[in-house]
Amino acid sequence: MSLLELDNVTIRFGGLTAVDGLSFSVDEGEVFAIVGPNGAGKSTVFNLISRFYDPDEGTIRFDGHDLLKVRPAGVAAYGVARTFQNIELFDHATVLQNLLVGRHRHRRTSLLSEILFTPSVRRQELESREKVEEIIDFLDLQPYREKMIAGLPYGVRKVVEVARALATEPKLLLLDEPASGLSVEETTDMRWWIDDIRRQMGITVLMVEHDMGLVSSVSDRVLAMADGARLALGTPEEVQSDPAVIEAYLGKAA
Amino acid sequence: MRIVFKTDYMQDIRPWKDGYQLGLYLLLLGLAVAAPWLIDTFYLGELTNVLIWALAGLGLMVLTGHTGQASLGHAAFLALGCYANIILIEAGVPFLAAFPLAGLITGVIGALIAVPALRLHGIYLAIFTLALSILVDDIIVLTEPWSGGVSGKFAPPINLLGLEIDRWGTPDAFYWLVLGVVVIVTLGYINLLRAPMGRSFIAVRDSEVSAQAMGVDVARTKTISFGLSCMVTGWAGALMGLYAGAFNNETFSVVISIELLMMIVIGGLGSIHGAFLGAIVIGFLPQFLSIAKEYAGALFGGSTVAIPGLEFGVFGMILIVFILFEPMGLYGRWLKIRTWFELFPFYRKDMFKRQKSYLKTERLR
Ligand SMILES: Nc1ncnc2c1ncn2[C@@H]1O[C@H](COP(=O)(O)OP(=O)(O)OP(=O)(O)O)[C@@H](O)[C@H]1O
Ligand SMILES: [Mg+2]
Repeated sequence: MSLLELDNVTIRFGGLTAVDGLSFSVDEGEVFAIVGPNGAGKSTVFNLISRFYDPDEGTIRFDGHDLLKVRPAGVAAYGVARTFQNIELFDHATVLQNLLVGRHRHRRTSLLSEILFTPSVRRQELESREKVEEIIDFLDLQPYREKMIAGLPYGVRKVVEVARALATEPKLLLLDEPASGLSVEETTDMRWWIDDIRRQMGITVLMVEHDMGLVSSVSDRVLAMADGARLALGTPEEVQSDPAVIEAYLGKAA
Repeated sequence: MRIVFKTDYMQDIRPWKDGYQLGLYLLLLGLAVAAPWLIDTFYLGELTNVLIWALAGLGLMVLTGHTGQASLGHAAFLALGCYANIILIEAGVPFLAAFPLAGLITGVIGALIAVPALRLHGIYLAIFTLALSILVDDIIVLTEPWSGGVSGKFAPPINLLGLEIDRWGTPDAFYWLVLGVVVIVTLGYINLLRAPMGRSFIAVRDSEVSAQAMGVDVARTKTISFGLSCMVTGWAGALMGLYAGAFNNETFSVVISIELLMMIVIGGLGSIHGAFLGAIVIGFLPQFLSIAKEYAGALFGGSTVAIPGLEFGVFGMILIVFILFEPMGLYGRWLKIRTWFELFPFYRKDMFKRQKSYLKTERLR
């Protein structure tokens, strides 16, 4: 069953068609990768799913709902979480606080009860903390819990961003270049984590990634795109050997 | 070196780290309550003034320090709170209802103004709020029948549960009233910061896109922050009016707005401590300057005539020094000193150094 369905989605920025009649669907429980050269429109696809932009044409359905009817801040409530290509963390807050913001969609308390810090707020805080601790354990973030994001190394921030997305308890996790800028060891860690996120947590993963090693080792299916349109879709091997893909990456000479 | 061992999540949820810290704050509170017996009436008045400024600072801190929206117009909300309070009292509403209402009215009006204002970012928001501050002068003059216009208004002595409270007649009682309000607001503020709403303020401040991706409604959060900020500022304004005794259209000028913003920057943006530390600086600076001037006069034999704008100038200079050398404000400086002692002898010089921030390309607009 497909969890996410994009149908004939198009978005233009002025004269530039960033995504051009793109259709694909992501099945529940799979790891789906999007690859493509710089400027292919991969991040724009993510931003469309996150509802940062309204598409000019096409529909996006998630889990049986018309996502285009959902307001941008409401997408998280349906179970879509994401990371950003250029890490977007809350820099002047601790790792713990960042992850707790991830719990925001589960907030049940009112402003007044929070100002009074009633027992129900206390209970909710404890619950949130327990969930967040599970994720901290899962991603080995224990040493950084109390640290400010602003002082953390790049590799750790990448992991914190994944952790924050997981804290929302999503059905679908969007990872925008999870391995970019990571060392070889960190990339290997990321590979296993993505595997575990899918297997242990049962979360569907849609990721954009340039590292073909990572893509072929974790993903079930790959979509290759260029200039906002689909080039090829299939297993990692199929896509890597597709002539159109090879041409897009290596130019006409190949 | 002091290490806090954590064995329970409640340790992080409670506002204090351990018994030692709680003890310190209780001691401070005890001293504050006992102040009327410890210091003379003049300094008690000054301390009252500092607390009122701290309250105003807390109000602006919510918006600027924690939600990241600069306002150069908060004097307008001080004025609103001040006038609302006095007009309600004059209309026969008992102080116990008039005072909370004054804050609520200011908060609601603030939230309404926030709806168009918060579509603006950075410098444009600052200009918008600055305009508000300038506008309020005219509004007070135009609404003369209620506001008293240029000739102003006098604050009547207030009656709190049968107790007559007046800044000059009963300075002790007035001080305790102010202290009570400040303590209650501070506790509410602390609670907010350890709950989801306070965290979503910080989220909006640090990254609007990812706040939104986490399900935080950015516009709504900013509006709530603006409303809460104005409410607290309104209370501070009400107390300022009572403290001053008389006020008119020029009492809450643009200069007050700017001073308020400078105050929380010097104190340390993004911390409750910052509002208090900033208020102490702004409250005691005039005293300090006049003493320094006398001293300089005695030393160089010069005259001790008043130099207009000196206070403001010195204040501006302090601000520049802070922005250049200690962007985290007095509270940031204090944190460093404290960490040095706590970690002695393991403090590293680059402990508070920020990593260079990475390029952020994905903006909402
Ligand atoms: N908000 C915007 N306004 C105008 N143009 C945009 C906007 N967002 C993206 N674009 C353009 O759309 C095209 C696709 O951008 P996108 O960020 O989706 O590429 P990408 O596939 O993620 O590339 P990369 O691998 O470099 O991250 C680019 O040419 C980009 O300049
Ligand atoms: Mg991209």
